[in-house]
Amino acid sequence: MAINVIKPGLSTTVQDLGRPGYYHIGIPTSGAMDMLSLAAANLLVGNPAGAAALEAVFMGPELEFTADAMVAVTGADMPPKVDGQEQAGWTAFPVKKGQVLSFGFLKAGARAYIAVSGGIDVPVVLGSRSTYTLGALGGFEGRKLQAGDVLPMAAGSGARSSVSAGRSVPEELRRRPGAPAELRMLPGLYWHRITEAAGERFFEDTWKVAPEADRIGYRFKAGQPLEFVDREQPFGAGSDPSNIVDACYPYGSVQVPGGTEPIVLHRDAVSGGGYFMVGTVISADMDLIGQLQPHTPTRFVKVTMEEALAARRDRKAVLEGIAAALA
Amino acid sequence: MNTRYSFGGDEHIFVECDEEMSLEAFFKGMSITTALREAKIRGVTEICPANASFQVRFDPDVIAPEAMLSELKALEAAAQAAPSVLETRIIEVPVYYNDPWTHETLMRFRERHQDPTSTDVEYTARINNLDGVDGFVKAHSGAPWFVSMVGFVAGLPFLYQMVDRARQIQSPKYLRPRTDTPRLTVGHGGCFGCIYSVRGAGGYQMFGITPMPIYDPNQTVPYLRDFMCLFKPGDIVKWKPIGREEYDHTVAEVDAGRWMPRIAPVTFSLAEFQKDIDGTNTRIMEALNGH
Repeated sequence: MAINVIKPGLSTTVQDLGRPGYYHIGIPTSGAMDMLSLAAANLLVGNPAGAAALEAVFMGPELEFTADAMVAVTGADMPPKVDGQEQAGWTAFPVKKGQVLSFGFLKAGARAYIAVSGGIDVPVVLGSRSTYTLGALGGFEGRKLQAGDVLPMAAGSGARSSVSAGRSVPEELRRRPGAPAELRMLPGLYWHRITEAAGERFFEDTWKVAPEADRIGYRFKAGQPLEFVDREQPFGAGSDPSNIVDACYPYGSVQVPGGTEPIVLHRDAVSGGGYFMVGTVISADMDLIGQLQPHTPTRFVKVTMEEALAARRDRKAVLEGIAAALA
Repeated sequence: MNTRYSFGGDEHIFVECDEEMSLEAFFKGMSITTALREAKIRGVTEICPANASFQVRFDPDVIAPEAMLSELKALEAAAQAAPSVLETRIIEVPVYYNDPWTHETLMRFRERHQDPTSTDVEYTARINNLDGVDGFVKAHSGAPWFVSMVGFVAGLPFLYQMVDRARQIQSPKYLRPRTDTPRLTVGHGGCFGCIYSVRGAGGYQMFGITPMPIYDPNQTVPYLRDFMCLFKPGDIVKWKPIGREEYDHTVAEVDAGRWMPRIAPVTFSLAEFQKDIDGTNTRIMEALNGH
């Protein structure tokens, strides 16, 4: 009951819904960057929404199955193939013992989620199977997959009788970033450090995803530098106006080192540091960041707490819609 | 001290106890976060103390953001009234200052440093008016340090020396961050010390290295079997300068699974410390030395 990794893809890791509870000692939650897509892939193959699956970035892996399984691929548009035969995305399909699952080129999005009936059976570490690469923790030996790895599949993971091949997530429930991508942000934290004019320009500018974009954080460039309100730097903060006394970083927080390129921290966030933050991308839009490719034009959209909570309800409704459609 | 509250999106509240670093600001954060942990409020998922601030993550589907904010403000008022006493522990950390591994690394990234012609220790000694490397080691290892925050990456302690502000060692971060730092490097940036728990990028000055692992995801190191990270906010650290011979011996003992750090329980009172810094530190160190 295993999957043999023939080719690992660019950076493929085991992820589930993450391990909250250890951020105070620097261990981030990890988990799928696009949790909605992870949940959809799992539900398609009859797994609980939070089962461990594979997250493949930009380029898919090549996997040989040693047992029958039901498989679904969601998230990025990266067509799955079984023994070379193309399969539909967001749709359950069977893979027989001995068959090879591979992927075509990426057409849209950034991260594909590959769920296998029963889930990927790596050890649970601190309550989760997610990979935290920086800390060499969880997942498959604490790292991204390599050729030759043998991924354990959960016992009894053969296609569940109640799950039929061909069922799929309705098109309107497949959430994707728009063009330009819009990330809703609640201003705050150290927003007062920049001038009013700089604050206005921050939301007016169209930024672009920089090449330095990974599970720790997404960097954006091509906007105008932020001007700071003059002050004498507090003791312990450091001399640059963008420095603060090292503090915690919220998930989704937007730090702007030197006032030039915003970085949005994601699931493998560094838990704290000495850069000021202008606000936080709302929880509902974190999934979308996981699907942004480098160079994608992106705008930050200012919202209130009420709007953030409404967006959170909308996202939950999408998840419930997917669950209902696949019940 | 002016407490400032801000929402970090719909899932976090960020609380700044003070803009500037002080032991008082750190203690205020420790008191409120300790009270919050004990209050066991439904919907609270992460409580993260930091240097002069702290952060709470909550599930807004369970507790509304405004209700969470009110709970924290009530706890702040209660914490203000309580005496600042901490039951904690002191941990001795051996340091091989000016070791060959951090030296090799700092030479490799010299063009990113403020002073390419001297080492990180020499530079820091000079800008802090300390008497060369020896004077630096004496100041760095003479008085204990508080673990004021654990984070950045897994298990990495930020340390704040328990001396008055005039005696705080201060040093800027590298002009541009390095892409490499040896695992277990003892570093310093601003007024904070740190121990790099894993190898990786870093911008702090590099002073030395400890043979003592502080993070072990495989939990094979005997003293990390119960939990993979050694440090918690509120721990007290005492550096012990060692040479090459003791370093090599300790590494061998650690690898053989025989080495244990020296750790002792200790009570810290902020009021006592404010009255007599050196006396308090002497008493804390006596706890370590078994007097």
